[in-house]
Formats: sequence, C-alpha cells, structure tokens
Amino acid sequence: MTEWNGSEHLVRIGGVDKVFKRGAEEIHVLGGLDLEIPAGEFLALMGPSGSGKSTLLNLIGGLDRPSEGTVEVAGKQIDRLSRRELAGWRARHIGLVFQFYNLIPVLNAQKNVELPLLLTRLSRAERRRRAAIALDIVGLSNRARHYPRQMSGGEQQRTGIARAIVTDPTLLLCDEPTGDLDRKSGDEVLDLLQALNEEQGKTIIMVTHDIHAAARAGRTLYLNKGRLSTEPVD
Amino acid sequence: MKYFYLIFSALKRKKLRTGLTLLSITVAFVLFGYLAAIRQAFNAGVEVAGADRLIVRHKVSIIQPLPQSYEAKIERIEGVSNAAHASWFGGIYREPKNFFAQMPVVPEDFFDMFPEYVLGDAQKAAWLATRDGAIAGRGLAQRFGWKVGDRIPINATIWTKKDGGRTWEFDLVGIYDGRDKGTDTSQFFFRYDYFDETRARGQGQVGWYTVRVGDPEHAAAIARSIDREFANSPVETKTEPEGAFVQGFANQVGNIAFIIMSIMSAVFFTLLLVTGNTMAYAVRERTGELAVLKAIGFTDRSILALVLGESLVLAFVGGTLGLALAWILVAVGDPTNGSFPVFYLPVPELLLGFVLIAAMAFLAGIVPALQAQRLQIADALRR
Repeated sequence: MTEWNGSEHLVRIGGVDKVFKRGAEEIHVLGGLDLEIPAGEFLALMGPSGSGKSTLLNLIGGLDRPSEGTVEVAGKQIDRLSRRELAGWRARHIGLVFQFYNLIPVLNAQKNVELPLLLTRLSRAERRRRAAIALDIVGLSNRARHYPRQMSGGEQQRTGIARAIVTDPTLLLCDEPTGDLDRKSGDEVLDLLQALNEEQGKTIIMVTHDIHAAARAGRTLYLNKGRLSTEPVD
Repeated sequence: MKYFYLIFSALKRKKLRTGLTLLSITVAFVLFGYLAAIRQAFNAGVEVAGADRLIVRHKVSIIQPLPQSYEAKIERIEGVSNAAHASWFGGIYREPKNFFAQMPVVPEDFFDMFPEYVLGDAQKAAWLATRDGAIAGRGLAQRFGWKVGDRIPINATIWTKKDGGRTWEFDLVGIYDGRDKGTDTSQFFFRYDYFDETRARGQGQVGWYTVRVGDPEHAAAIARSIDREFANSPVETKTEPEGAFVQGFANQVGNIAFIIMSIMSAVFFTLLLVTGNTMAYAVRERTGELAVLKAIGFTDRSILALVLGESLVLAFVGGTLGLALAWILVAVGDPTNGSFPVFYLPVPELLLGFVLIAAMAFLAGIVPALQAQRLQIADALRR
C-alpha cells in the first residue's frame, strides 16, 4: 500500500457492489459502480431516497465495506483495512458532517470540536487552540462555551463542520448537511463549504436532495438504482 | 486521562438516574462494611486464638465442670508446656442487658497463657495482692465508665455465695489492653482462689483448661494424648484447638458468617442488576453518539474502555462513599452498646470491598460495553 502522492485521483472506486441482507432477502443497493474524484473537487451526489447515496458516502468514508469491488482513497485501498486500521485512517483522513449534526449534547461547542483531536498526541492546550481556530473558521468563536441545546440548527451544523475540519482531513464527507436547516441557515452552511473548497482546497463530497445546494458544487452526479450518471434520472 | 471528561459528561447526562444508582451502590457498601465489622466481632476470638493453644473441656458439654486436679496431670503430658483454667461465672451487672463475660482465673497462669492481654506491672501486683481484686478490659471499662479503685457489684445467676448471697463485689485493680486490634477487651477476670473459697458449691472444679503445646505441629497428637489420659474416667475430656472452640462458641448464636454472606450475596446480586440496567440504558440511549465517536476515529477498544470506564467510575464513587460511611458508622460504636468484644472494620475487609467494587463495575459494564464495541457505524447512524 503506497501513500498517495497527490498527483492522482483522490478517490477511486472500482466495480463496487453493495448488498444488504434483510433476513433471507438480499437488497442490491450499489451495482458495479465506478467513480473517480480528483483532489480539490466539490462533488454533489443526488438521487432519490434509497438510491444508495449515503451508502456510497459511507463506503468512501470507511464507515462500511463494499460487498464487491475496491475503494481507494488517498492512495490507500481502504476496503482491505482491519476495523482498527480503518478507525485510525478515518481519524487522519476523513471529516464527517451529518444531516442532524450529531453533536454530543453534554459537551459544549469547544469540547465537541475537540473530540477528534483526542485521538492525537496533541497537548490539551494545543487541542484547545486548534478547536478555537476551527470555531473561528466557521464563525462561532463567541459560541465556544455554548451547548448544542443553546444553539440554533445552523450554528449546530457549523459546529459539526468545525469538528469535521479540526484535524485538517484529506476529504470532507457531508451527508445532507442542509437537510435539517431553513434556507438562510442552509445558505450559510453552503457558503462555508464552498469557502473551504475554494479557499482551502478541501475535497468535498456532499450528498443532497436539494438542487439549490447541489448548484454550489463543482460537479453533480446522480445515483439511481445503484448506478451513477451525470444527468438526472426521471 | 484525556477521556475522563467524556466519562463524567456521560454520567451527568441523566443526573437523577446516576444519582439513584450511586445511592444504591453506596447503601450496599455501607451494609457490606457494617456487616463485615459485625462478622469480625463474632470471629474476633477465632482470629486471635493461638495456634499453639488447645482447649480441654468436658466431653459431654462445656457446662459440665472438670476437676482442678486435672491441671497437674495435663501439664505432665509430653508436649504440653503449661495449662491455665477458667470458668464461666455468668453474672449480671445492674441489668441483664449489660452482658459481658466474667471468669475466675489464676492470675499468674492467666498472664503466662494469654500474652495478648496487657496489664501494667503495678496493676498486676495489685491484683496478686488483692483477693477480691478484678481486672477489666479497656473496652468494658469505657462501656461502663469504670476506673481503677471502683467497687464492681456482680449479681450471680449460677454461683451463690456460702452466706447465701448472690451479689459478688470486686475491687477493680486493673484495666488491661489488647496487644492487637482484634484482642477482646470486653471481659472481666477475677481470682479463682477467692471464687473457689466463697462459692457455696463446686469447690475444686473448673470450667475448662487452656493448654499451650511446645510444638503446634504436634497439637493434634497432644490433644489425643490428653483425651486418652482421661478416657474411661468419670470425667472424660474433649480437646480441640482454641480457634475451633471459640468458633463453636460463636456458632451457638448461629452461623454468622453464612448469614452475613447470604445477605451480602442477595444485596450484591440486586445491585448488579440495578447497575447493569443503568449501564444498558445509558448505552442504548447513546447508540448514535457512540457511532459518531467511532465514525470520527475512536477504535472499538476505546469505545469498550469508555463504557467500562463509566461503569467503573459509577461503582468506584458509590462504593468508596459507602465504605467511607461504613467506616464512620463503625467508628461511632457497636450496635450492641459494647457487648461485642471488638468492633472495627478490618483493612482486609476494606480491600475486599474494593475488589468487589471492581468486580461489580466489570460485570455490570461488560455486556453493554461489548455491545457498544460491536456497534456497526453505518447501521447505528441510520437508526
């Protein structure tokens, strides 16, 4: 396994099948899927519910394994990694943004953002400093001591983004990041993602149902019945 | 250490539930500590019993007397170093509830036999010089506020005096201390010569003998020799190790160790269910959060450690608090107001308490921790 030299595609997916078993029934979510994503791209994945968007995102993020095929991210074939290796790899390379923010309700924004840094050897002071920088990037320096219940949905999602970027990951994976937000808050989050892509060169893959959100991405792919296309499917 | 705040934050999530679980654990360990002190009180004599000491009593029953003449015969048996006799007086001080042991002994033999009872030389000399003199243990003296020079009246229930009187009066000439913490200081000893001359009947008889053997390895053989010496006589003997004798005496109340063990087993089983239930709910409620922690890079093992850590903190805080409260309650005094020979929480029992805390934390936390460890991230995030 060689380290990624930055000159190739950041994400390479080859012949990926994903089958879920529900009792005796087999549900084919993805079938023979190929995808390449260059570094620095902001890609939107669209498609109807159940089309496999989130499953694909989970495979790229090492949260799940393909039934067949290969998933290579940053030069590493992650479908071959053990659970332990995969956890370490995720900590170093992946930033995750969820639809429902998934912040820890008993931790304030600062501590939520610090969470991924607990997996590093950084000192407490350095962890705090980096969490403060991440909160500053998302415009929430003044909300560091606030708990999720004391913040609006938009603020919670921006805290989630700060948590995702605090380790400076190779790849940012966003699963319907505006799905639970009103238009104004959603736009703020999209502005932020766009800025992270354009100004800091972050590679972003965003799953969305929202055409308005997808319009912010550099490229949009449509997933239907487990297959990718560049055009929406009726 | 850096994960500690995650553990404490998780426990603060449902303050009432955590508080009630902590309270259950605390109460259970207060009970554990207190019952351990009571068991210690019943076992005190057994634990301080000398391995080199035997008790010779009547073959039929402890309440049947032995002739005083046996002392010389016993001391002649090979392997026996010395012997000392004692008898049960069974008197009452003021009220029946003021129970304590009173025994007539021969002072010189007594101190030779029981070095664990410590009395100053001046008080020892005073006892030898005073026919109706008596000594009391420090605990007993404190219980009734006695001091040297006090006149102690004891109302006899067994031994009437030659003049028909039942009240025996003793000069308190000394207060002995225990050499070790477990030594019984709740007893009252007076002189056998005074007792034997004053009692209306039973002259020349004693309750039992304590015998010291030269080599504890040969104690069993010596015990058999003693019983053989008096076999087929009108007064046959039964000789046994002092520890077994004291244990048998304590067991007249019941098998205290078994009763206490049964109570504690029931308490800890219930506690395990309560704590296990708390941990199971705590993990089930946080499935999504645990999945997020895994998603951002926490390993299966660190998730297992986090959940077990919660269980350990819960058990350790509640258990330590319980043991500390038990220690304080025991220090305040024994529940019988001084009838127990000793009443303290021994350090080995405290250590056992901490072992139980760790075991309970592990057993209560391991199943939810394994469930959390095996959590599939994608499945859990979809829920």
